Amino acid sequence: MLLEVAELAVDLPAPGGSQRVVDRTSFSLAEGESLGVVGESGSGKTMTALALMALTPEGAQVSGSIRFEERELVGLGEETMRQLRGDRIAMIFQEPMTALNPLHSVGAQVAEPLMLHRGLAKGDARQRAIELLERVRLAEPERAARSYPFALSGGERQRAMIAMAIGCSPRLVIADEPTTALDVTVQARILALIDGLRAESGMAILLVSHDLAVIAGHCDRVMVMYAGVIMESGPVDAVLRRPRNPYTLALLEARPRPGAPRGARLATIPGAPPAAPEHRAGCPFAGRCALTLDQCWTTPPPQVAFGANHMSRCHRAGDVGFVR
Amino acid sequence: MSHALRFRPRGGASLWLGAALVGALIAAAAVSLVWTPYPPAAIDIPHRLAPPSAAHWFGTDNLGRDVASEILAGSRISILVGVVAVSIGLAFGVALGLLAAFAKGLTEDGIMKLSDFVFAFPALLTAIMLTSTLGPGVVNAIIAIGVYNVPVIAKLTRATANGVLSREYSLAARAAGRGPVAIAFDHVLPNIAPALIVQATIQFAIAILAEAALSYLGLGAQPPQTSWGKMLADAQNVLYNAPRLALYPGVAIALSVLGLNLLGDGLRDALDPKLKART
Repeated sequence: MLLEVAELAVDLPAPGGSQRVVDRTSFSLAEGESLGVVGESGSGKTMTALALMALTPEGAQVSGSIRFEERELVGLGEETMRQLRGDRIAMIFQEPMTALNPLHSVGAQVAEPLMLHRGLAKGDARQRAIELLERVRLAEPERAARSYPFALSGGERQRAMIAMAIGCSPRLVIADEPTTALDVTVQARILALIDGLRAESGMAILLVSHDLAVIAGHCDRVMVMYAGVIMESGPVDAVLRRPRNPYTLALLEARPRPGAPRGARLATIPGAPPAAPEHRAGCPFAGRCALTLDQCWTTPPPQVAFGANHMSRCHRAGDVGFVR
Repeated sequence: MSHALRFRPRGGASLWLGAALVGALIAAAAVSLVWTPYPPAAIDIPHRLAPPSAAHWFGTDNLGRDVASEILAGSRISILVGVVAVSIGLAFGVALGLLAAFAKGLTEDGIMKLSDFVFAFPALLTAIMLTSTLGPGVVNAIIAIGVYNVPVIAKLTRATANGVLSREYSLAARAAGRGPVAIAFDHVLPNIAPALIVQATIQFAIAILAEAALSYLGLGAQPPQTSWGKMLADAQNVLYNAPRLALYPGVAIALSVLGLNLLGDGLRDALDPKLKART
């Protein structure tokens, strides 16, 4: 396994104590595999991604285990971690508009990790940066390399960000909502590009998104997060076609669908995500779930397995989709 | 495309008027290095308190010194004090501000509390305290004014640096494996430079004013050095006989401070593209 995460927990400092934003999550990722992480805002998807790179905000407590290439990353020194970042693990950010420094040319920013991790001289790194920009199919790579970020469109900037991320051939690329800020047609092309690069280089992808369609089209496996907890995980087809968790089902039902009658309202999930997950005794979704039983409030839900690698964390996992 | 991208200063009138006044100040100091109508400290008692004439453009003071030469020579002290005091402020202030922004936690709190402590004393009071302890003189005046500049710059640096560090490109730079020093020089400093330049201009004006006040009080430039503040103090003795003697250094100080403030405002408008959109 390229990446094995076990019992990963992240606590952020909060007024009067701390708040658990990622709650004992465990998952793994093989070479060349693509794992989608889906959930609402505040479900802990981004914090999980940042924890993998040890880039959690100041004061955050990270516990559990993150094994990457047979090496434990939790508790690893900042110096060693810095050598991994951008080299073995890279990250693509959500906002291509703000993730590039407006004061440096695109080429210089793409060349930066190459000089840092590969020790390339400036000229060689620039040359390699142009090749990378070509590889991410940026039109006129030489011109793009000389340009400053403001002169590029959102899609072009995201391609530049991807070029920056893949420069050192990382084994794991974390893409945190890489297409959320882009329009749909650009989104499709960027995702196709990421798929292509994965096939070429065999890197693994952790794709964080709140868009089920994106996950469905571009991932092998998916995990559904809610309030810092993995509610359901498994092969994309199994989870999205036959969800075994009421939360996954509710998310799927809340999608806009083609062919819906004109004027029909979207299905919603009543209520809001819990603000302070550490005070709950039972299931984090209990207050909003259509299937809630008394025990959902008092007992943490068990992990129920459904075939190969498909897991749902629910007291009524067997009832999902049958009982309303 | 090149049309839209060309640099167009947006400071308008204040930028150019400020630049002209500051330019005149620098020119005066430069000229005084090689030439003044008379040696600025040359005493000529028979011709004391002479009115302006072709020989003495601004007349002479109570010891017969040529006022025009003194004004020219005084600009040197103003610029020297301004440049060195602002440099001290920038050197220590930027370093401390960046340290606070990157270290966070106790270090940040400590630096900021210390800044607040120094900041709590008015500039002039700090300067008077330091010069009266260290002894009067230009060097000590410079140190005193410089010390006052440090917390001003440190607070500005920390606040703007924190703003840059919260941008996604700073996180992206960390995700690419860059260390804090590289991020400070490559990402933070270039992005906060406009704010620092504007503040440095304003601090320059404050430094000139503070030097004049210290010299006026006898804590700054010592004879035979001349300074606009000292000229004001000398003029005070003969205020009823020759009020114009107070006018020349007063106007010189006012124009310099006005010029620097206008330049600072103009630069702020020219360097901050967002300000334009708001107005």
